[in-house]
Amino acid sequence: MTFKRPYSAGLAALAVGLFAATAAYAEPTVNKGDNAWMLTSTVLVLLMTIPGLALFYGGLVRSKNMLSVLMQVFYCVCIVVVLYALYGYSLAFTGGSDFIGGFSKAFLMGVTTDSKAATFSVDANISELVYICFQMTFAAITPALIVGAFAERMKFAAVALFVPLWVTLIYLPIAHMVWYWPGPDLITDAAKALAAAADGAAKTAAQAKLDEINADAGWIFKKGALDFAGGTVVHINAGIAGLVGALLIGKRVGYGKELMAPHSLTMSMIGASLLWVGWFGFNAGSNLEASGGAALAMTNSFVATAAAALAWMFAEWIVKGHPSVLGALSGAVAGLVAVTPAAGFAGPMGAIVLGLVVGVVCLFFCTVVKNALGYDDSLDVFGVHCVGGIVGALGTGILVNPALGGTGVMDYVAGKIADYDFVAQMTSQFWGVCTTLVWSGIGSAILFKVVDVIVGLRVNVETEREGLDVTEHTERAYNM
Amino acid sequence: MKIVMAIIKPFKLEEVRDALTAIGVHGLTVTEVKGYGRQKGHTEIYRGAEYAVSFLPKIKIEVAVASDQVDKTIDAITSAAKTGQIGDGKIFVINLDHAVRIRTGEADAAAL
Repeated sequence: MTFKRPYSAGLAALAVGLFAATAAYAEPTVNKGDNAWMLTSTVLVLLMTIPGLALFYGGLVRSKNMLSVLMQVFYCVCIVVVLYALYGYSLAFTGGSDFIGGFSKAFLMGVTTDSKAATFSVDANISELVYICFQMTFAAITPALIVGAFAERMKFAAVALFVPLWVTLIYLPIAHMVWYWPGPDLITDAAKALAAAADGAAKTAAQAKLDEINADAGWIFKKGALDFAGGTVVHINAGIAGLVGALLIGKRVGYGKELMAPHSLTMSMIGASLLWVGWFGFNAGSNLEASGGAALAMTNSFVATAAAALAWMFAEWIVKGHPSVLGALSGAVAGLVAVTPAAGFAGPMGAIVLGLVVGVVCLFFCTVVKNALGYDDSLDVFGVHCVGGIVGALGTGILVNPALGGTGVMDYVAGKIADYDFVAQMTSQFWGVCTTLVWSGIGSAILFKVVDVIVGLRVNVETEREGLDVTEHTERAYNM
Repeated sequence: MKIVMAIIKPFKLEEVRDALTAIGVHGLTVTEVKGYGRQKGHTEIYRGAEYAVSFLPKIKIEVAVASDQVDKTIDAITSAAKTGQIGDGKIFVINLDHAVRIRTGEADAAAL
């Protein structure tokens, strides 16, 4: 789901041949294998959220709040799927401005079974409908990640109102800014036309056309920030929103004094494992084609995750004296978060290093920093997703370097891998990180305040003591 | 008649049951309980959040025996449940006034 993907070593030669030969370009085709892989990936990403994330989070809360977490996650999926079809896809993935798309595909207007969406290779499209569904699942998991930050004390009505507002005003603009671009077909066609242009006037016109096409992209995209599968859009975005929510809603009653141990680490183990399995759809699916790039993203998602789980576990063993199950699971999730932006750009050895680093950094944030600052981010959405996302985003800028085993960045105009420039790439990555932090941080704070005024964010103390399951949903998770 | 009530470590339950069966005690009530004594509690750590768990899981067994069986019963439980570590538990003996077997209506010694 990123851009500037290296797609074929032979492209430059191919492009040169085509430039000379003809000005008429073939209509891109849809490959059934790519389509099949994207259908599969879409379902895998849904599996990440339900039941993966729901069980991972659910196991970490007290049993009296189990259903409230399951319900909030399930609600996120359902509400976002509907609003994504109504207007979400259009706002994220049509042209308009640098910051948000338009309404030209609202209600999926004009999208048919013959509609095509660009991938990262010239002349390799996928069905637009599967692209819509794939993107829909990303929009669904992002707010579901946030609910972990204020778990065990947020009113369901507040969640019900906050999630659609947040997706509309925070998620969709960020997705547009990071991922919206014209696609390789239009760019290479325009580049070919420029190369074929004979005289000065034709060259000027062709250059203007190419510039116009390149200008039709999201703001962060144009800054050159790399985000393969959503490190900024999904994880930093959700992580900072979670921190803001945890700070605004306040600590749980009894926080730091009463036992708030996870009620079932067995559930969390099942959930974290399903997250890992589903994440192959998230990362390898973000390649948009069933190609070697997808295989690279899969490889990185294996090794970075395992390395991060080991790093967290051994660091905890050394510092605290015991290797914990929750530590290993948290490390694995941190590794998945960090490798998300890097999955298609880093080499496998780079991914292992990234995993080792993020496992220790997130452990530090979830224990030392959180305890020092005293905020109650119930399930460490900030410590794992935002911090892990930032480590991944910056790590991607380093590990994409071909000298470190990375793939390099594709320049579709030149038709070759661009020269790696550390300072320029890291500057681009900082733009992506900082824009997301500011947009989501400030925007989420405003939305939480608005929701607080309309329905109130927090349940009362008696409700919180009793647990949200019985009071908010009139059900119990376990009747034993 | 007496009720011998013992609080023991959960993993010692099977050994205690075997020891009681061996001396002819054929009935036992078991309850999962929590509590603390000299063992105090322990610490649990979840992602850096440390919790002092002051109530530990224990097993409470209750057995009704004839008064002349009490010493044998206490010996059997003590030898089976003992590890020598803090937290092995305690035994309490309580007077039992009356007992009835519901199925037959038999009373007292015949009901045990």
